[in-house]
Amino acid sequence: MEELKIISELKVVQPDFIPLEAVSLYPDEAYIKVKGEQFADICLVLHKILPSPVEMFFAVDERQKAQKFILNCVFVSLKKSLWVTVSTDISENHPSFDSLAKNIYSANFFEREIYEMFGVLPVGNPDLRRLNLHDEVWPKGSFPLRKDFKAKQPGELDSYKFSRVEGEGVFEVPVGPVHAGIIGPGHFRFSVAGEPIVNLEIRLGFTHRGVEKLFEGRAITEAVKLAERVSGDSAFSHSWAFSMAAEKICGITAPKEATYLRGIFLELERIYNHANDIGGIALDVGFSFASAYASLIKEAILQLNEKLTGSRYLKNINQPGNLEANFTLEKKICLIATLDKVMRDFQELVQILYSSVSFMDRVDTAGVLRKKTARDLGIVGLAARASGIPTDLRKYFPGIYKEAKFKMITQESGDVLARLKVRIQEVEESSRLIREFVTKLDFSRPKVKLTPKSGTALGYIEGWRGPVLYWLKTDINGIIERCKIVDASFHNWQGLSFAALGNIIPDFPLCNKSFDLSYAGNDL
Amino acid sequence: MYRIFKERMIKGIVTCRIEPDLRQKIESSGNELKALIQQKFGRSLHIREVDTGSCGACESEIIAANNPLYDLQRFGINFVASPRHADALLVTGPVSKNMVLALKKTYEAVGEPKFVISCGDCACGGDIFVSSYYVEGGVDKILPVALHIPGCPPSPMAIINALLVFLREK
Ligand code: SF4
Repeated sequence: MEELKIISELKVVQPDFIPLEAVSLYPDEAYIKVKGEQFADICLVLHKILPSPVEMFFAVDERQKAQKFILNCVFVSLKKSLWVTVSTDISENHPSFDSLAKNIYSANFFEREIYEMFGVLPVGNPDLRRLNLHDEVWPKGSFPLRKDFKAKQPGELDSYKFSRVEGEGVFEVPVGPVHAGIIGPGHFRFSVAGEPIVNLEIRLGFTHRGVEKLFEGRAITEAVKLAERVSGDSAFSHSWAFSMAAEKICGITAPKEATYLRGIFLELERIYNHANDIGGIALDVGFSFASAYASLIKEAILQLNEKLTGSRYLKNINQPGNLEANFTLEKKICLIATLDKVMRDFQELVQILYSSVSFMDRVDTAGVLRKKTARDLGIVGLAARASGIPTDLRKYFPGIYKEAKFKMITQESGDVLARLKVRIQEVEESSRLIREFVTKLDFSRPKVKLTPKSGTALGYIEGWRGPVLYWLKTDINGIIERCKIVDASFHNWQGLSFAALGNIIPDFPLCNKSFDLSYAGNDL
Repeated sequence: MYRIFKERMIKGIVTCRIEPDLRQKIESSGNELKALIQQKFGRSLHIREVDTGSCGACESEIIAANNPLYDLQRFGINFVASPRHADALLVTGPVSKNMVLALKKTYEAVGEPKFVISCGDCACGGDIFVSSYYVEGGVDKILPVALHIPGCPPSPMAIINALLVFLREK
């Protein structure tokens, strides 16, 4: 029914709009198919009325079966707890479409990706530079996500063109891809006038491994392994989002017991990463005691993870329809005892940080991401909440979190301090949630049998950075035909390049750490 | 300040307060490692880490090996910011095509003598990524690798032990 409501809302703005098809694929997913020439308009209207940034925008190659490409643009209505997919067909003879990015900024990077991976041209998009397939190593004209792609064809190489700021006294400072710390690779190009940064261009893609293509041809039961390796510090978020998509396609729901366990593990993942980032922020202002302290909290959770699941990063336990973690009473006791200890240390850490004037002075007003900028860019997750945008899938979608009366944490100022505070309060909330979920466990371990089906579905989970989205399409044997992944990092890297403006380069590591985005999750 | 001092006193030296068997493991491996490094590298071994497309978990474990619990530094192993200061490269990831040049350049920047360690299953042969259109399939496709540390990711203990075994044999 939800799709009809959306359609009638659309008709208020576009009275002559008639969709080719409108269905509710699942209670939380509406699907609207439109004609090519209406695609950009309808997306723009939805973007405004829901309101929602472009959460996902991707192509599917159906040329072998139906001589066409399909474009899917996914929006979310938090109020309605609904994902809305607008879809259109594109003929293989004219692989192009009217660019959405002209009006919706958050579509921009997706369009660049569609162009480089499929060779489908967004007409009117002024910036078609490639993201992941670097011009220096990948020739023009090879589109790896097309189904008939075999190997790269010889062709012309090129080099990347950075946007330039010119003028008297403007210097360019290139950094990376290999950085000084033990961290992923990316290239940052700062333009500075005097001390402040006037422009920052972030070039990523260095960890591109062709993950989406690797999903294709795998059975859904075997692909979880791959999902866990997309972004190591979010292994559990990714395996859950993937499993959720697979479960929806196969028409099953994971048993309650497994869902509570998943909730526990997702929150443990959040705690260890937030602790890590709080320590990282302290380290980047030179406060090494607090950083060492935080690293012990992280280590305690990693060791707890290992005791509970056999894996420090919560790998190899999630399966569509199931969770393999022989969770016994002893484990429960161990979990609560460790959590008590960790939370005590955590409170102490917070006190140490809050009572250090020089630390607070550095984080306050550094790296501000304004609410308006965040909205325009389509920033999601933790970074959005720190800029005053109320968005958290845990709050707005039904499930165990709603039952547990999940409390969403937001801040207004959008600076490093705001992101720090959101993290601190989220750790406290996570600890509460874990305690709540634990009481719901009954230690029975019903399994749900998975029968492969064909279909499409969206899996989503609020990981610690923000939403992790998996869109899956399978054939009748449960073999994956297309898998589109969007990690929160993909949206939020742009937020960092705006937050850094006006700051000095020595404060950049601090701004960077306060976002702590994934290279691997972005580059795929 | 008072708080820090108090916490410092309560916590004590954490490297000693962990579970006895883990502690013993770290200490015994570590001390042997230290002796070997003393003998073979003249006090310390400096390592530069390069990520060529890892998922990030390998980095996380390398960082963990430097936390106060494992504290790799006290055995003479330092992670340095520049390849120019390094004796060895520790490389993670299956080597994305985009990182080939950067990896080679980093290697060239390391002074002689030098060696390369690959860390994690995907750095050792590409693992699950091996059939991708965009990876080289392991560090040894690009550089001579003296030591593989298997695991996905290898735990801090595994990293310490692998280094130990390697240095013992060298
Ligand atoms: S070996 Fe495993 S943990 Fe390490 S980078 Fe590769 S996938 Fe990630």
